[in-house]
Amino acid sequence: MSQLTESAAGFQKPLLSQGSRSILLHVGIVILLFLLYFALPVYHSGNLARILVLAVFAMGYNVLFGYTGLLSLGHALFFASGMYGFGLAIQFIDVVPIVAIIIGLLSAVVVSVVVGILALRTTGVAFMIVTLMFAQAGYLTVLLFGEYTRGDEGFNIHRSDRVLFGFDLSQATNRYFCALILFAICFFLTAWLVHSRFGKTLVAIRENEERARMLGYDIQRHKLIAVIISGALSGAAGVAYALLFGYAGASFAAVQYSILPLLYVLLGGAGTTIGPLIGTVFMFYLIDLSSDLASAYLSSEFASAYMLIAGIVLILLTLFAPQGFAGLLRSKCKWLP
Amino acid sequence: MSLISTRGLSKNYAGLQAVSNVDFNLPEGQVRALIGPNGAGKTTFVGMLSGRIKSSSGSVIFSEKDITKLPAHKRMTMGMAYTFQITSVFSKLSVHENVALAARRVIRDKPSVVNAKVTSVLEKVYLADRYDQIAGDLSYGHQRLLEIGMGLAQSPKLFILDEPTQGLSATEVEGFIELIRVLSENTTILLIEHNMDVVMKAAHYITVLNFGEILAEGTPDEIRANQSVQTAYLGSH
Repeated sequence: MSQLTESAAGFQKPLLSQGSRSILLHVGIVILLFLLYFALPVYHSGNLARILVLAVFAMGYNVLFGYTGLLSLGHALFFASGMYGFGLAIQFIDVVPIVAIIIGLLSAVVVSVVVGILALRTTGVAFMIVTLMFAQAGYLTVLLFGEYTRGDEGFNIHRSDRVLFGFDLSQATNRYFCALILFAICFFLTAWLVHSRFGKTLVAIRENEERARMLGYDIQRHKLIAVIISGALSGAAGVAYALLFGYAGASFAAVQYSILPLLYVLLGGAGTTIGPLIGTVFMFYLIDLSSDLASAYLSSEFASAYMLIAGIVLILLTLFAPQGFAGLLRSKCKWLP
Repeated sequence: MSLISTRGLSKNYAGLQAVSNVDFNLPEGQVRALIGPNGAGKTTFVGMLSGRIKSSSGSVIFSEKDITKLPAHKRMTMGMAYTFQITSVFSKLSVHENVALAARRVIRDKPSVVNAKVTSVLEKVYLADRYDQIAGDLSYGHQRLLEIGMGLAQSPKLFILDEPTQGLSATEVEGFIELIRVLSENTTILLIEHNMDVVMKAAHYITVLNFGEILAEGTPDEIRANQSVQTAYLGSH
């Protein structure tokens, strides 16, 4: 559709301005996701709820990586801060869910402020390593306090603690729409952010930090705010994951959950607002399908070969579509946000 | 009144005295050229004015405030603009966005106000018809003009240009001299320049650096006639 409008616009004035096309695209995607719930079989709509929450995580990652150009290898820490902030609060201090949600978000913000201030003293590879180290420290902390966190085994969040404004979120429909509301808020928020003065400055920092500094922009301040926004969105995803799926475990703090958002964003298209969603959908089903394939055609001892299949597909994609799916689309229609 | 001045400004690089003990005054409204042989310390000196390089000792006073300890971005917000010796633009962004980024830092207003500023700047640097091109696709000369445009968009009190005509064609250099003439009506300009033609035509006053020290200062005619300047440039034998 977008290609049609693009070619139709080739000779005359575009029918819609760039801004309104972008709004239309974002609203359209949310409406599509709303309708998909009724069209998809139960298995897939269940998956989609999970994907939407993970896509929020990816959108948070994208603010820092895609727009600011900072590659973090420690975002599992922000996700887990939200997840455990919420989960532990509800488990041990017996608060109502909405208060636990706020505690979860606040812990993610506090952690990102601390990590931001310290890690931003470094750049490039050192920044990657420092963020990775912080996340590993966070993971080990979760294990260390296994008495409360139940370590790798994790803990379930009781059904009665998953009721928000009278909606039982363990119920599939409520869960899906709660995930969609969160997704939509974060989706519009990032779309607005990247069009704002602040977002455009982040892109300037990504493109040429020294030039941006010599235009008079305070680089460190902008980067720190980007880390905090990124951490807060990742934390929101962590809170939502625990709330909607009723479980918190140390695996969500492990390095795998720092790599996943990077892959989602790379595949979908770094520095695009729709990239994280596309990447998350693709990656989720890639792992899903390849594990089906592996278990169907290989004996059980090779069942973990699904990671091999997924890996090969990923290599092919980075070779032939280094800009990700949305990056490919954008080279066709330049107005994509 | 001096817009910017330095007292005893020095820079040591592990024992190498790149700039030593420079007292420098640039009055408001002047076009000043900073010249000198390669390695004379010109870029280091303006780096210390703009804050890109930390001074070892001495002080920098801008608009009657001591800015010696201020980071570069704060100095820019006080009314400086700086163009790099090696062209530095946002090469993946459009010409328009490049200038808008510069303008937005100064103009905290609606996008339409920013756009009006961008349009007027692009006209001044002869790039109005290229506003939606990607900056990296521009020719070298146009990229230099774009960077000057980015400086202009900040409406600076002091505009520092590090070898702005390097790599420009003869006609482009003529255009640049004309541009400086127009800019100097509102802005104090400090330019590092190797092209003597530009220096003689554009500058009101010249400072010659040699071995990190001020060798001579004067009007273009005085500098042209100065014996020690000729020696520094041509060798003493």
